[in-house]
Amino acid sequence: MTDTTIVADRRAEARQTPDRRTHVRDLFVEFRGVNKAYGSKQVLRGADLKVYRGEVLVILGGSGSGKSVTLRHMLGLEAPDTGRVIVEDEDITDHPEEELYRVRKKFGMLFQSGALFDSMTVFENVAFPLREHAEMSEDEIARAVREKLELVNLPNTEHLMPVDLSGGMRKRVGLARSIVLDPKMILYDEPTTGLDPITAHKINELIIDLQSKLNVTSVVVTHDIQSAFSVGDRIAFLNKGVFEWVGTMEEARDSDHPVLREFLKASAVTAAQPTH
Amino acid sequence: MTSILQTNATPKPEARSVLDKAGAFIDRVRNHSEEALSYLGGLTDLAVQTIQQFVRGPVDREVVIAQFDQIGVRSISIVAITSLFIGMVLALQTAYSLSDFGGSLFIGKVVSLSLVRELAPVLMALMVGGRVGAGIAAELGTMKVTEQIDALRALATNPVRKLVVPRVLATTVMMPMLTLLACFIGILGGLIIAVGSLHLSSNFYIRSVIETVKYNDLASGVGKTFFFGFAIGLIACFNGLSTTGGADGVGRSTTATVVTASITVLIMDFFLTKLFLFLL
Repeated sequence: MTDTTIVADRRAEARQTPDRRTHVRDLFVEFRGVNKAYGSKQVLRGADLKVYRGEVLVILGGSGSGKSVTLRHMLGLEAPDTGRVIVEDEDITDHPEEELYRVRKKFGMLFQSGALFDSMTVFENVAFPLREHAEMSEDEIARAVREKLELVNLPNTEHLMPVDLSGGMRKRVGLARSIVLDPKMILYDEPTTGLDPITAHKINELIIDLQSKLNVTSVVVTHDIQSAFSVGDRIAFLNKGVFEWVGTMEEARDSDHPVLREFLKASAVTAAQPTH
Repeated sequence: MTSILQTNATPKPEARSVLDKAGAFIDRVRNHSEEALSYLGGLTDLAVQTIQQFVRGPVDREVVIAQFDQIGVRSISIVAITSLFIGMVLALQTAYSLSDFGGSLFIGKVVSLSLVRELAPVLMALMVGGRVGAGIAAELGTMKVTEQIDALRALATNPVRKLVVPRVLATTVMMPMLTLLACFIGILGGLIIAVGSLHLSSNFYIRSVIETVKYNDLASGVGKTFFFGFAIGLIACFNGLSTTGGADGVGRSTTATVVTASITVLIMDFFLTKLFLFLL
């Protein structure tokens, strides 16, 4: 049995747990007709999307299809030109930056590059949100940082600088930093991009582990089909700025949506290519 | 194969009428004006946010001290070398140009007054502005293109409070101090030439400096540098935070910072000199 199959099986097992099914219809984030353009380039064209509490939604799409822009709208890092973004029944579309800080504390975000602060050690990076927002003593902060670093399988790395870390380690430290305030929702921007298959597999396992241990809602942006099927409950397929298809993993396999079929087929072919 | 000497078969575009050219020119001017106004608007907005965040606090003391060190202490060598040689050159030039009028007797007056009122504030602002401004723009620009600024915002932290306030505070506070140091070392440079090359007594030189430089000269010279420091810090932070693209974008922001900060210092110098002449 391959590692990927094991991860997929664990995920399938998790999907069957009663806890997850009972919460699955409680809406966490909603996009209503979101349009976003950068100059003359229209990225999102009336995008509609619903993310339910407790699920792992995978946003799938080609490069430049607007996946990361979608995540940035959820956090309020970008405001839509038209349309609404609703987070836990609160319309955040017109919130000023100061008000968005309160909303952002509900989220943890793993950036594509990890986005670690270069001038700080691993410890300082993970401790940063606690020092900013939590009233904790230095001992409590140190304990929380160690706990989160162990959760992402990076114990005893506190003293290292980001420049000393590999790509996979940077992402894991980024993940530890994003979960240190115990967010309700974790956003992953291309968590496996640029990593070798073994490290990518470890990151997928980590996403599943965190999902079960922290009981959060997750949105994973990726164009990696293997990763999508390993970690996701549902897929939202983004094409030309619109979520053209949304459904479960099983439904995705049997979908007759031409572009999604082509996407899945191309990815399967790529994955099956022998390595030289 | 088509020879390069053959006439190009593609018809030439029709000659543009004078009206078309004028229209294109007006469009260009309008675009540049819009860009300049948008830049000024962004800069003003950042200045307001910086002051607001400073007043609201809290300002991270450790970060501010680190910036004082980075911007102030580490500029001491460049300030010392520059001002020492400016003072020496000024003494030599004064002695040469006023030789017919017994110029060497005025060296203390000319060197001290020139340095305190004008040369030290402006040249230090240009030197330190180049060094510090470029450094700030490159640092914040790199943070911007590597998503570190977005990470700050995602972690519910205001980048203006965390990054801009300590840097602008450091440039505003350190610039006057560096200017005072430059005045002292420049006058010392003048003394070296006066005593070593022109054979004046050190007592005479020092007395003429003390008698010449008045409180309002010092207030006018050093007072200007608070504004220079604020402007340099603000321009560098704004350009850094506005960086787009990759390494290329960081390079462009850095260059733009040095150019804009230098021009701003020179323009501000004129108006501030007028203001201080009026006030003091």
